[in-house]
Amino acid sequence: MTDIPALRLQDIVKTFPGVRALDGVSFQVMPGEVHALLGENGAGKSTLMKVLGGIHQPDEGKIFIAEQPAIMKSPLDAKSKGVVFIHQELSLADELSAAENIYLGELPRKSFGRVDWKTLYEKSDAILARLKCSFDSRKLVGDLSIANKQMVEIARALTVDAKAVIFDEPTASLTDAEKVVLFDVINDLRSDGVGVVYISHRMDEIFTISDKISVLRDGSYRGSLVTADTDEDEVTKLMIGRSLDSENPIVPAKKGPIALEVQGLSCGDLFQNVSFKVHEGEVVGFYGLVGAGRTEIAETLFGLRAPSAGKILLEGKEVKIASPIEAIGHGISLVPEDRKGQGLVLGMNCKDNMTLPQISDLTAGPFVSDGAEVAIFDQYRDRLQIKTPGWRQKVGNLSGGNQQKIVIGKWLSMAPKVLIVDEPTRGIDVGSKAEIHNLIRDLASQGYAVIVISSEMPEVLRVSDRVVAMFHGEIIREFTSDEVNEDNLVQAISGIRTTKVA
Amino acid sequence: MKPYLKQSAIWGFVVLELIFFSVAGEFLSLSDKAFMDLDNMLLLFKQSAPIGIIALGMTVVMINGNIDLSVGAIFALCAIIMLDSMKWPIFAGLGDWVILVGWLLALLSGMVLGLINGLIVWKTGVDAFIVTLGSMLGYRGLVFMYNGENPTSNLNWTMVDIAEADILGIETPTIVFVICTILVWLLMTRTVHGRNAYAIGDNREAAVNAGIRVGPHMVWNFVLIGFLAALSAVVFYSASGSVNPNDGTLYELWVITAVVLGGTKLTGGSGSVIATFGGVIAIQLLRKGLGHIGADTAMVNLVIGLILIAVLFLDRQLNRKGKEELRT
Repeated sequence: MTDIPALRLQDIVKTFPGVRALDGVSFQVMPGEVHALLGENGAGKSTLMKVLGGIHQPDEGKIFIAEQPAIMKSPLDAKSKGVVFIHQELSLADELSAAENIYLGELPRKSFGRVDWKTLYEKSDAILARLKCSFDSRKLVGDLSIANKQMVEIARALTVDAKAVIFDEPTASLTDAEKVVLFDVINDLRSDGVGVVYISHRMDEIFTISDKISVLRDGSYRGSLVTADTDEDEVTKLMIGRSLDSENPIVPAKKGPIALEVQGLSCGDLFQNVSFKVHEGEVVGFYGLVGAGRTEIAETLFGLRAPSAGKILLEGKEVKIASPIEAIGHGISLVPEDRKGQGLVLGMNCKDNMTLPQISDLTAGPFVSDGAEVAIFDQYRDRLQIKTPGWRQKVGNLSGGNQQKIVIGKWLSMAPKVLIVDEPTRGIDVGSKAEIHNLIRDLASQGYAVIVISSEMPEVLRVSDRVVAMFHGEIIREFTSDEVNEDNLVQAISGIRTTKVA
Repeated sequence: MKPYLKQSAIWGFVVLELIFFSVAGEFLSLSDKAFMDLDNMLLLFKQSAPIGIIALGMTVVMINGNIDLSVGAIFALCAIIMLDSMKWPIFAGLGDWVILVGWLLALLSGMVLGLINGLIVWKTGVDAFIVTLGSMLGYRGLVFMYNGENPTSNLNWTMVDIAEADILGIETPTIVFVICTILVWLLMTRTVHGRNAYAIGDNREAAVNAGIRVGPHMVWNFVLIGFLAALSAVVFYSASGSVNPNDGTLYELWVITAVVLGGTKLTGGSGSVIATFGGVIAIQLLRKGLGHIGADTAMVNLVIGLILIAVLFLDRQLNRKGKEELRT
């Protein structure tokens, strides 16, 4: 297109007390280019974006928009200058219509401050049409699917003449099918000559969508690669400064007896007539679109939901599970999807989180015994190789991978029979993902019955001995690790019941 | 300095008050006694006790993620039950043992009133703020139904002697306050119940997922605060022997002020019993100190209000991580 970068950052330095968060970072995006920005958690991506969005002011360095120097005073200021953000966490008002959300803060006005509804809906519908969205802009955002909410968020970015659009982990809550739609939108932006910055942890996406890849590590710029001329290994090396831990090859499980059997389990509209078995020493992966009922099955097994029909059998005996307390008593553990919201008490230290379900058994007289707790913590810190300065560290200050290990350690210390892991590596950086995957395999080989729920196909294929494909609350098909591949799995989760064995 | 201030800002504030009033007192006070006179300080602890004992319970309830606005009404209702029950004909033959009966009845009533709050919060799922706002009005209504606008009195000299007894100059209310502080502190820092209360207040969903019985823990904490409100009434009215139906009004706000001044978060999951003790002392110091240098009650309230906001602003500044938080 042109030779003028849509957006250019030059030698940006930003320090916080005790930390040099950004150390002279330079970075540019040409119009019509999709530029992926990679880095592990803490590499400085978020700080860089906050500088760009006007939330932080840089200590040194300059920002240029189309080679004009710019100072971003606030997110709104950045937007008016043509730099817009699509955030990882959606920031929409559920009780307002899509149109109101799109023009939030800048609703078209008539005299006396009245809202010009007609213009509002016309303009909003036009933007949604550009994004190929089929829903009406009058619809409440709360009634939209996650993917459509994301579209509203993107529509919001397109209300101004955007020079650069920054996507921050946009696919975190999208399914594979919904990602395709998002990538179409990004491709459209590219052909419209917008500079796109794409931040993500997911290698496959980056190689699908980007033209160039830039890497940050420890707050400094580590180089750019042309996507077409590189591969995952090279990018990973640049990103973590070493070669990735190799994932252990899958050792097919030595199946023990059946640990958990579910027969005809239903829960209202959420899932119907679900039957499956999990053997000791086996990992069963559950794959499907968001809303296919996978998490809900896990919640039912853990006593958080009451089933409307069906049976749960543990080691051949039927059990009723009315609460998490009973589930834990039966040896079922759940590592939940939302680690920070459902799994951890962020204000507490590592040790307290680890022993939370069992402190009533760790008492000496009327008091909790610190010694017994620390012993348990030390044992699982060593076993799971949790990296923390000590048990006094607040879990909120640990990295995602180590937080996940604390949750897993918490349940292992309860000696479970069945371990359910929902989205084991959500929000965990590439370097730690392999570690968590290896850990899951190890647990199976130690005889635990493991259920892994994941929206990432490579992950499911990687860790599972068997894969259960779900669609609209039903199990469509079960695959063994020999017969499963990306194609037949995609078909199954789209609801295509094929009897043909691939 | 900063980490130390973060943890115990309240004690720094207490020291600051002591210095200020000692110095200012030299110039402004009409009395020739020093502010930090031993008798004056002992009196201060004694006067802190009624609010302080309740504040211990409020700390626990707030750490647990709830609040109790009905403490003032429970305080008054239990005082009436204590003083009036001692005159009931069925206890006529008990002599001075009737004092013990009155006390136990009052404490039991406090626990029952707290239990009612707790059960409603647990079983209905209505916010504790709303539930206890309702019970505050309801319990106060019971107070007025009991004896109309008239005070309820029963002066028993044996009881007064016990209430005003002292060990080495430290009087009963102070002793009760200090012992309760230690016990509640142990409860919150050393026991399973305390640990779970923090976990529930910080992240209720994670607590449920860890198999913690959230409801019973919350109920026990409401019973505890009911008990402590009643104990506060027992300590105070054993000495005074007369309760007006309006007594204890606005206690909930003073109690919450002390707790918040001590750094406990309104959102739950974080707070300290010892810091609440400091908050209680800080407020009482302020009242006494301002009185000492000649300010009237209206002025005292104005200053306490301003200081509350100033201290919490300072706390926010100290506990912020750089400038990372969102501008709103």
